[in-house]
Amino acid sequence: MARSLKKGPFVDDHLMKKVLKAKEENSNKPIKTWSRRSTITPDMIGLTFNIHNGRNFIPVYISENHIGYKMGEFAPTRTFKGHKGSVQKKIGK
Amino acid sequence: MARIAGVDLPKKKRLEYGLTYIYGIGLTTSRAILNATGISFDKRVHELNEDEIAAIRNEIQGKYIVEGDLRKNVAMDIKALMDMGSYRGLRHRKGLPVRGQKTKTNARTRKGKKKTVGAKAK
Repeated sequence: MARSLKKGPFVDDHLMKKVLKAKEENSNKPIKTWSRRSTITPDMIGLTFNIHNGRNFIPVYISENHIGYKMGEFAPTRTFKGHKGSVQKKIGK
Repeated sequence: MARIAGVDLPKKKRLEYGLTYIYGIGLTTSRAILNATGISFDKRVHELNEDEIAAIRNEIQGKYIVEGDLRKNVAMDIKALMDMGSYRGLRHRKGLPVRGQKTKTNARTRKGKKKTVGAKAK
């Protein structure tokens, strides 16, 4: 079910604080975050985030298209390199 | 001959269902169109006169996106997902289910016909 509009988009407070600070200082330094559950809001356009995927931080530059999605959607958590000895897969690609 | 939005409608069907042969028009939209144009649901497609066809055509053109345009829109939405590098785009690229379904078994609609892997046959 979709979130109630009344509440507005969810963003973790600690992330929002970092975003506002970066905006204030005009810094381009990537913001490191573990908050994959946060919605991307218009405030974040033009910033780069290092989003945690459980192991590493994936750099993502936020543009207009990303608004409304969650942070975690841009940092895949699974690595799948194909099955052992599966040549067919490679031809398929 | 009733040709609307580049699709030939089946002649003998009731109008309500005939219209659903157009991509982008289901039963709900079909009924909405007929209500708006004031044409009876029960009419068969081949009983339509020119005025009624024109009225339906106008209604569809004005309010709905159908056929080629709709297909194009959908394809572009998918492409946008892929370009963004989002998880959904990734799944589209790999031809796997997009909405979190299991892929250990099933998922054949997205994955296509079964490809046997490994040398188990004896």
